[in-house]
Amino acid sequence: MAGVDQLDQIFFEGVADGQLRVQQCSDCGAHQFYPRVVCKHCGSEQLKWISASGRGRVASFSVVRRGVSAEFEAPYIVALITLEEGVTMMSHVVDVEPEQVASGMAVRVAFRPVGGADIRPVFLRAEVS
Amino acid sequence: MDLSNVAIVGSFETDLGVVTDRGPMALGVQATLGAIADAGLQASAIDGLITCNSLVTPVMYHAEATAEYAGLTPGHCLSVGTGGGTTYTALRYAAAAIQTGLATTVVVSMADSMRSFMTRDRAMAVQSSSGHPLFEQPYGPTVPAYYALIARAHMDTYGTTEAQFAEAMVSSRAWAHLNPTAQYRERVTVDDVLASKPIADPLKLLDCSIVSDGGAAVVLTTLERARDLPHAPIVLKGYGEGHHYEHISQAKDLTKSAAADSGKAALAGAGIEPADIQLAQLYDCFSPALLIQLEDLGFCEKGAGGEFLASGATRPGGNLPVNTHGGMLSHCHPGNPGAIFGLTEAIRQYRGEAKERQLAHLEHTLLHAQGGIMSSHATVVLGRAN
Repeated sequence: MAGVDQLDQIFFEGVADGQLRVQQCSDCGAHQFYPRVVCKHCGSEQLKWISASGRGRVASFSVVRRGVSAEFEAPYIVALITLEEGVTMMSHVVDVEPEQVASGMAVRVAFRPVGGADIRPVFLRAEVS
Repeated sequence: MDLSNVAIVGSFETDLGVVTDRGPMALGVQATLGAIADAGLQASAIDGLITCNSLVTPVMYHAEATAEYAGLTPGHCLSVGTGGGTTYTALRYAAAAIQTGLATTVVVSMADSMRSFMTRDRAMAVQSSSGHPLFEQPYGPTVPAYYALIARAHMDTYGTTEAQFAEAMVSSRAWAHLNPTAQYRERVTVDDVLASKPIADPLKLLDCSIVSDGGAAVVLTTLERARDLPHAPIVLKGYGEGHHYEHISQAKDLTKSAAADSGKAALAGAGIEPADIQLAQLYDCFSPALLIQLEDLGFCEKGAGGEFLASGATRPGGNLPVNTHGGMLSHCHPGNPGAIFGLTEAIRQYRGEAKERQLAHLEHTLLHAQGGIMSSHATVVLGRAN
């Protein structure tokens, strides 16, 4: 994949294995996403990778009615997902009608091709236990 | 730092809206030379030129190429790229160059032709370069969708409604209706906005800025030199910037922006409060951006931006005239230069040349612009020279 360095590669290898990997700082314990060479919270370089639970909530979303390109068939739901670990990532919410999505909705990760291209983490509506 | 020893002495706008006979470089040169003439100066007096690159036809050394085309040989050339915030960042660097003695008379000039000269390939390249290349772009967010995420968060947090966002365009068109150079001048209602084409929920077509061609430039010099020039000098009273993140997925708070920082710094520099501002020229790329700036710059309480817009305060006759030229929602939005027309309109207001839009009393103007997705913010306070 173009523009992917060694750190990013660890994330995408996780995706290939069905894992949502994020970094955790060994010094301050905070999580972060996207991958970095330093902890953005405390500056430590002692970072480890963990496999996130894949559970989170919709922080905000938009139903895109005019797609960015032919590969993206509108409508599709672009969302910011905040994971249980506290990090936020952009993704898609899939397998739901646009009217059913709401901020705060519980979601869980799945791995699907996005925009007719590579497999990426996306999110499904989760049953809340 | 005291900025009031630097003055704006020249201002010029090119043809705006749909301009098919001149491309970005030609418009930028016309703006540059027009502003120098407006200042009553010879080209030889210019020893600094600051521009922003064109998105439509980018060049490697933009300010240098502009100088060459215009026949200028300034001692200093700089191309600034801070997205939509470029105008005011460039203004501050021009002032800094003058204050430090690097230059004495500096032109800030920008133009682009997003409407008439954008090729399909280039449009795709610009669109696909917005957002994080690995962790945002692959999900196909459009620029309106980024702002839609902000709008939705504001609705969820503060109960803001789509009808309140729609008031941004109602206000913009009320002003643009009075401005012959505005690209879109027909008044609209909240219902018109709500019924316009869905783009990225909750935003519709009339929540989005327009696409235009055009350019403008201003000339800055020392207040001392300004005293000998034809126009009454307008001075920079305060300036501030704020940068909380670059990518929207990294924002700690979707509903509060670094405009709070930049605005606070600019107002403190000028020694005034939001209530002392008679004209606010804000960055209305999308309706939620305008609404949140009104809050973060202190014109209303946090969360009350929707009510404030709906009150009519920003429209002609209101307590806080906003974007009296019509802003980027209606007047002119050629891309990164968009905010410069907020500045040139403010200069027109100070000179008493705004005709039907003329404000009766104008001491302090607040100019605000932002780059990225509510990411990088720059605020300027203008005033009259003592």
